[in-house]
Amino acid sequence: MLLKRLTEASGVSGNEKEVRDIIISEIKNHVDSLKIDRLGNIITYKKGRDTSKTLMVTAHMDEVGLMVTDIDSIGLLKFTTVGGVDKRILVSKPVAVGRDKIKGVIGAKPIHLQKREEWTRALNINELYIDIGAKSKEEAERLVNIGDYVSFYSDYVEFGDGLVKAKALDNRVGCNLLINLIKEVNDISFYGVFTVMEEIGLVGSGPAAYEVNPDISIVLEGTLCYDMPKLDSHLIPTYINKGPAISLIDRTTVFNATLRNKIIDIAERNNIPYQYRKTSMGGNDSGKIHITKGGSITTTISVPCRYIHSPASVMSQSDYNNTYALLKAILAEFEREEL
Amino acid sequence: MNFNSNLLKELVSVYGPASNEHLVRSYITEKIKDHVDDIEIDALGNLVAHKKGNGRKVMISAHMDQIGLMVIDIDEKGFIRFTNVGGISPLVSLSQQVVFENGTIGVIYSEPIDDPSKLKLENMYIDIGAFSKEEAEKSVSIGDICIYKSEFSENENVIFTRYLDDRVGCYIAIEAIKSISNPINDLYFVFSVQEEVGLRGAKTAAYKISPEVGIALDVTSNGDTPKAKRFAVSLNEGAAIKVKDNSIIAHPKIKQLLVDLAKKNKIPYQMEVLEFGGTDSGAIHLTREGVPSGVISIPTRYVHSTVEMASKNDIVNCTKLLIRFLESNFDL
Amino acid sequence: MDTKTLLELLCNGKGVSGYEYTIKDTIVSAFDKYSDEISVDNLGNVLALKKGSTKEDNIKIMLAGHMDEIGLMVKDIEDNGFIRFTNIGGIDPRTILGQEVIVHGKKDLFGVVGSKPPHLQDPSEHDKAIKMEDMTIDIGYSKEEVEKLVNIGDTITIRRELLNLQGDRVASKALDDRAGIAVLFECIKELGKIRHEADVYFVSTVQEEVSMAGALTGAYKINPDIGIAVDVGFGTTPELSKSDTIELGKGPGITLGGNIHPRLRQKLTEVAREYNIPFQMEISPGPTGTDARAMQITREGIPSLCLSIPLRYMHTSVEVIDMVDIKHTAKLLAFFIASISNDSLEGLLCY
Repeated sequence: MLLKRLTEASGVSGNEKEVRDIIISEIKNHVDSLKIDRLGNIITYKKGRDTSKTLMVTAHMDEVGLMVTDIDSIGLLKFTTVGGVDKRILVSKPVAVGRDKIKGVIGAKPIHLQKREEWTRALNINELYIDIGAKSKEEAERLVNIGDYVSFYSDYVEFGDGLVKAKALDNRVGCNLLINLIKEVNDISFYGVFTVMEEIGLVGSGPAAYEVNPDISIVLEGTLCYDMPKLDSHLIPTYINKGPAISLIDRTTVFNATLRNKIIDIAERNNIPYQYRKTSMGGNDSGKIHITKGGSITTTISVPCRYIHSPASVMSQSDYNNTYALLKAILAEFEREEL
Repeated sequence: MNFNSNLLKELVSVYGPASNEHLVRSYITEKIKDHVDDIEIDALGNLVAHKKGNGRKVMISAHMDQIGLMVIDIDEKGFIRFTNVGGISPLVSLSQQVVFENGTIGVIYSEPIDDPSKLKLENMYIDIGAFSKEEAEKSVSIGDICIYKSEFSENENVIFTRYLDDRVGCYIAIEAIKSISNPINDLYFVFSVQEEVGLRGAKTAAYKISPEVGIALDVTSNGDTPKAKRFAVSLNEGAAIKVKDNSIIAHPKIKQLLVDLAKKNKIPYQMEVLEFGGTDSGAIHLTREGVPSGVISIPTRYVHSTVEMASKNDIVNCTKLLIRFLESNFDL
Repeated sequence: MDTKTLLELLCNGKGVSGYEYTIKDTIVSAFDKYSDEISVDNLGNVLALKKGSTKEDNIKIMLAGHMDEIGLMVKDIEDNGFIRFTNIGGIDPRTILGQEVIVHGKKDLFGVVGSKPPHLQDPSEHDKAIKMEDMTIDIGYSKEEVEKLVNIGDTITIRRELLNLQGDRVASKALDDRAGIAVLFECIKELGKIRHEADVYFVSTVQEEVSMAGALTGAYKINPDIGIAVDVGFGTTPELSKSDTIELGKGPGITLGGNIHPRLRQKLTEVAREYNIPFQMEISPGPTGTDARAMQITREGIPSLCLSIPLRYMHTSVEVIDMVDIKHTAKLLAFFIASISNDSLEGLLCY
């Protein structure tokens, strides 16, 4: 199961190797060219029919996580966050430290020794630490180095009515979509690009776009979802099970309306459910891609993910399937030079 | 089974704050004495009515006592200061009438205060309309307990009254006593004292009876009024079967038995997960070697106010469920 | 069965206070082989008796480790099928956010605890903890489906398998107090090797986290001469003051305070010294909040002791202990029990 392997691999921003290796092993026999650039992005090209425009489809490989900053006198690890991690979701969770994935836990002060008002305050990162069970600083130092990346320790689970729980669905779900496109779409020319370090400021995508210089870019993402009842519908960023979310605007990009309307038209003609991503919060690789060199027309298509950036994010398999169907339809349209 | 308005109306009107339950005890004794095999009053004042049977020894507890206000001081001008007997809310008490056992009536008011949300009982007083300490002392003594005074009202749906807590439990127990003629199980109906100050009567009654199963009848809260704290119990949606409160986690088998009986007999019911409070089963289940216990609760709005409200259908459904339970052969 | 294996089975089991029966069979089958009698009482305590060597009128020692764990309970179901919940036992709501859980409905159902995403919150909210009432559990079904599978009142546990850390340290959601039961198990095996006069009752008690109902009623039933609670104690970590805590790997905490019989406690430390078993003192002058207090006030009063296994991050889902402490605690208990004779007890109980 590819999505299981992708989500259970560690790939905190700047440390994408494990994910990159899985991706390369999956796609290497299905592309006409493949290179790893100087930042660690994977840039592939598939040659199909000639088209007048250059199409680039991207997904970022990295995930949010933690990094060890210090080892204290009794062998506990101090850490900082890598990417947007809500400090409140760290308490009482297991983690995997470093290349050997040493298991550790992030504990908290016993409730018995707290004053009631302490509960109402979020714990700051500098109050938290990772316990790997080492009995001394020396023992911890034999196993862990300062600067080691730490990822959430969370398995892939299918549950409920076609839902999936995993860490890093943002953006392994995008990687999975792109891998499958590369494997299955053969008669269309396009660049498939897997970028690094999106979560720490869209680092990889600019240089990748600079190299590819696309006319049209499709950015694949896992995005924010919060679909509570009784919430005003304009405050719901995306719903689960209502199909791919097409971006309108976010903190980094005002998405091209002509391309968006064409995609919606494609979705409607093919009876594929879709929704708009209604929040303007957040940002993604489009922010760099659409303004690189002479600029490109860009869209972001996302699979809605509940509890994003946490150890237990959730998506729907039907949303995945509908997103994939929409992408294939878009690529077919591109081949007819109608995008 | 019809709703007996008259019985409930009389029950809520009888004086009986915690520790001073003798009037309500006499009232209940009169109502049940021809329907039970034996009546006993124990050291704390619990009324224990035995209906003999050969099956399981079951203790059914409804508390007779009610919350009230105890006089702790009378000043030179005849104003009365008080402390609470049970859970008395300052906010609810402001501008209420009260009545003492001897019929003396008073009103509760507060010293002038800037911030009503900081209202405390120690800043409040009872005014019985006496013009001096001496005059006040003719009707009221330190240590006397008064209770809220308010009118009983009803419409076809609900009762509005003081002290549904827990006279409605007593009502259900009395109705069950009257309707069960040949008990399968060995039934000890306890009309307990001092529940409101810490489940004290039920504790000693349970020790003495040493039952195999305990069941309490008491009011619970509701979650169906505007902006109410989330709680999946609503008025008129059926008998509430308790899962937990702060005094007990209901025994899973008793809870399930009640659910099964409600389903089988088409008695509407709802599951009660209460995040505060407690009732007699909290004391019963800890008795001796432990007593598997449960609770049938009557969904009630505005508990511990002078305008407690419950649905007539719910009361009837709670009564039916209790009777079905007592008349079943259960296996633990 | 290996003690660690039992501990893992128990920790990975699910038994929220009041619903401990789910792990009853595991305990019975482990203790059965080493006990003379085993039974389950009215409220669900598991009582394993290992008889003493003199057979008649033996003194009785009751060991109590509680089998319940803290957890959550379904209190309502939202229109979109999300579950609203409350806590059973003391839980810091901050430790619940983002957890994976198992809802014990008609079948065990996987779920995730969520709340409003930080991206959609006002930045001023980021320093505030999310309240439990603002969290939901997502089990991935519509309301109609959820209502078929889940009832209000169903219990919920954190989905967390026992995790092996470095050395002998392990992390789990329920080491409080399944570690205590592991000590009881290790102790009953130890006692198979040494002579003891006392009849020893190994009691896995229910509902310690909510009311100590199990210890109260179990002690009433057994009416022991000595009651010993085996629970967990606050393990030393940087944010806690050293005087409030005991260190991992350095042996059990021996509780000292009003709930504890002073002379018996002294005897316990003497035994530890005699057999070179490390121990630490745990000062608790008021109510200990353990089964020791419940046993102490049962019937005419029962002289009680409390041993604490050092445990970090109590009442989170990543509680950590050192298995070495289980061994030390069990050894100390076994030698202590062997040191108490029918004749010596009277003297030990004199004030």
